[in-house]
Amino acid sequence: MALPSDKEEVWRYSPIDALDLDGYAPVRPVPPGTSPDPLAAAFVAGVARDLPERAATVTTSGGAVTSVARHGLDEGVLVGSLADAGEGTLGRVLAGGDALVRLNDGFHPDAVVIDVPDGAVVADPIVVVHWCDAATAGGSGAAPASFPRTVVRIGRGASAGVVEVVAGPPQGRALVVPVTELHAEDGAVLSYVGLQVLGPNVWHIARIAAASERDASLRTFTVGLGGAYDRSRTDAVAAGAGSTTQLRSAYLGTGEQVHDVRTLQDHAAPHTTSDLLCKGAVAGSSRSIYSGLIRVRRGALRTEAFQTNNNLVLDAGAHADSVPNLDIEENDVRCSHASTVGPVDEDQRYYLESRGVPPERAEQLIVLGFFEDIIQRSPVPGSVERLRREVGIRLTEALHIGGGDGDG
Amino acid sequence: MTAGHHLVVEGLHASAGGKAVVKGVDLSVSGGEVHVVMGPNGSGKSTLAHALMGRPGTTVTGGSIRLDGLELVGIPAWRRARAGLFLALQQPIEVPGVLLDAVMAEALAPDGSEEPTAERTPAGIEDRLRREAAAIGFDERFLRRALNVDLSGGERKRNEVLQLGVLRPPFCVLDEIDSGLDVDAVRAVARRIESATEEWGLGVVAVTHFHRLLRVLRADRVHVLVEGRIVASGGPELAEELEHTGYAAY
Ligand SMILES: Nc1ncnc2c1ncn2[C@@H]1O[C@H](COP(=O)(O)OP(=O)(O)OP(=O)(O)O)[C@@H](O)[C@H]1O
Ligand SMILES: [Mg+2]
Repeated sequence: MALPSDKEEVWRYSPIDALDLDGYAPVRPVPPGTSPDPLAAAFVAGVARDLPERAATVTTSGGAVTSVARHGLDEGVLVGSLADAGEGTLGRVLAGGDALVRLNDGFHPDAVVIDVPDGAVVADPIVVVHWCDAATAGGSGAAPASFPRTVVRIGRGASAGVVEVVAGPPQGRALVVPVTELHAEDGAVLSYVGLQVLGPNVWHIARIAAASERDASLRTFTVGLGGAYDRSRTDAVAAGAGSTTQLRSAYLGTGEQVHDVRTLQDHAAPHTTSDLLCKGAVAGSSRSIYSGLIRVRRGALRTEAFQTNNNLVLDAGAHADSVPNLDIEENDVRCSHASTVGPVDEDQRYYLESRGVPPERAEQLIVLGFFEDIIQRSPVPGSVERLRREVGIRLTEALHIGGGDGDG
Repeated sequence: MTAGHHLVVEGLHASAGGKAVVKGVDLSVSGGEVHVVMGPNGSGKSTLAHALMGRPGTTVTGGSIRLDGLELVGIPAWRRARAGLFLALQQPIEVPGVLLDAVMAEALAPDGSEEPTAERTPAGIEDRLRREAAAIGFDERFLRRALNVDLSGGERKRNEVLQLGVLRPPFCVLDEIDSGLDVDAVRAVARRIESATEEWGLGVVAVTHFHRLLRVLRADRVHVLVEGRIVASGGPELAEELEHTGYAAY
C-alpha cells in the first residue's frame, strides 16, 4: 500500500514523505487484568479532576478499551467497545479513505462506541482518553504505532458532548493514527472536543469524519498541542437540509513541531451553514499549515459557509502557511474566507503598554487572550478548564514565562 | 492648585509614517488643570497625543516632554504610563480574550519601585472598577468582557474613562473622549474627569471637536492646533468662538 506523498494537494507542505512505516510496529493489546500503567492512571485522574462532571469515562490503551465507567448515565445510552455495538457500526460516516485511514481500518484493536438513542439528552460530557504508549509495543526496537478508533452517533433530536483526549508518555518515538466518526442524526446536537497532548517525538495523523443530517447541529473543536508532526484532518459533511456545522481548531507550536490542520466543509444539502475558525501560534522554529476547503455541491442552495484562520508567528524562526480554498458549484450561496499570518498586533501591544503593562507581559497577555478567546467558546463547556491548563503549560514554554532564560 | 505635578512640552516635533506632522508644540500643564486642544481634521492632534505617549512609529524628531522633570522622549510607552501619563485613544483597540481586570492588575503591579497597596489587590481593583463604572453609568457586565470586544463606539470611550479612574495617573491625554458618546454620557464622562482634577489633581490635555464637553469640564486653556502648530491659545471662550467661526481664520 502506497503512503501519501506531499505531491498531493491535501499533503502539500507536510513532512509526510519522511514517514517510514518500517520503523513502527502496532502496539499489542494489554491482556485483561493487567494493572494500569501508573503514568496513564495519573493522566486520567488529572483529566477527571479538570472535568468533574462527566456522564461516562472510557480509557483505551492504544485503542483497546481498558475501562468504561458510567456516572449515572441513562441505560439507553451506549458507551462501550465494538463488541457492544451492532453490525456496520464503523464506516457509516467514513467510507474509504487514504492509506493512513486504511492502516487504522486494518490495525485498530477495538473501537470506542458512543451511541445516544433518539431523543436522549446527555447533559455532561462523555470523556474518552486514548493512552498511546510504548510499553505494549511488539517487534524488535520498532517504535509503537497506535490506531485508536472512535464512533459517535447521536440519534434524532438527541444531544451529547464528547471529549476525546489522545495522550502518551513524554518520552519515546511513536506513531498514532486515530480515526473518529461523528454522526448527528436529524435534529441532533453533537458537541465534540478533541485534544492531542502526545509527547514531542510522536507522529500524530488523525482523521475526523463528521456528518450532520437534517436540522442537526454539529460542533467540533480540535486542539493540537503535542507531537513532532501533528496532523488533523476534519471532513464535515452537511448531509441534511438545514443543518449547521461549527468547526473550531487551535494549535500551538514550540521547538521544532509541525502542526498541520486540514478541513473540509462539504455542503451537500440546501439551507446549510458552516462556520470555521482556526487559530494557531508558532514559536521557536515550529511550523504550521492550515489548509481548508469549502465545497458547495450542486443543489446545496442557500448555503452559508465561512472560514477564518488566524496565525500568530511568535519568533523569527517560526513559520505559518495558510491556504484557504473554495469550490462552489451553486450560485445562490454566501461564502467567505479570511486568513491572517503575523506577529502580535502592534496596536494591541501599544494599547496595553499605554496602560503601564511592560512589553513582555503585554505580549503574554495578548497571546494568552488569543487562545482564551477560542477556548472559552468550546462546544463542550466542561472542557474549558482542561484546555486552558494544557495550552497554558505550553504557552509558558513558548513565551519564556517565569524561566531564567528570558531572551530567546 | 492641588498636586505639584507638571507636564512641560517644549518645541515638540513629531512624524508619523515618515511624514512630519507635529511641527513645534509648546504646552505647560500643571496638576489639576484642563487644557483643551482643538483643530481641524488632520491637523495633528492624535499624532501629538501619540508622540506624548510614545507610540512606536510616531517619532519625536525634536523637542522635549518632561513630566515632573523626567524626560519622556526616548523611553517606552509603558514607562511613560508608569511615570504618570495616561492616553485615552481616539479609537480604543480590541484585545480578544484579555480581560479588563487582568490588564488593570498588570498595570498596577508593582515594578519594584512602588509599594504594594490595598488598592492593588484583586479585591481592591474589583472595587475600583465597580465604583468607576457606577460613576459613568458603564454597565457592570462589560467589566467581565475582553478589552473593547463587542463594545459600541461610545462604550469603548467610557471604558477608557473607567480605566483612567482605576489607574489614577497624574496626567491624561484624552483624544476625542467625547466623540461617539450620547449627550448623557458626555455629561457623565465630563463630570468624572472634572472631579478627578480635584480628587487627585489630575492634569488634563483634552483633544475635542466640540464645545459641549466644556459645559461640565472647566477648561483652563484652549489651544488651536493647525498644521502641527498651536496657532492660538485662550480661555474657554475661545472654544465657543471656534464653534461659530470654524478654523477658516487660521
Ligand atoms: N502613520 C501615518 N502615516 C502617514 N501619515 C499619517 C500617519 N498618521 C497620521 N498621518 C497623517 O498626519 C496628519 C495628522 O493626522 P492626525 O491623526 O494626527 O490628525 P487629527 O488632528 O487627529 O485628525 P482628526 O481630527 O481627524 O482625528 C494627517 O494628514 C494624517 O493623514
Ligand atoms: Mg485624531
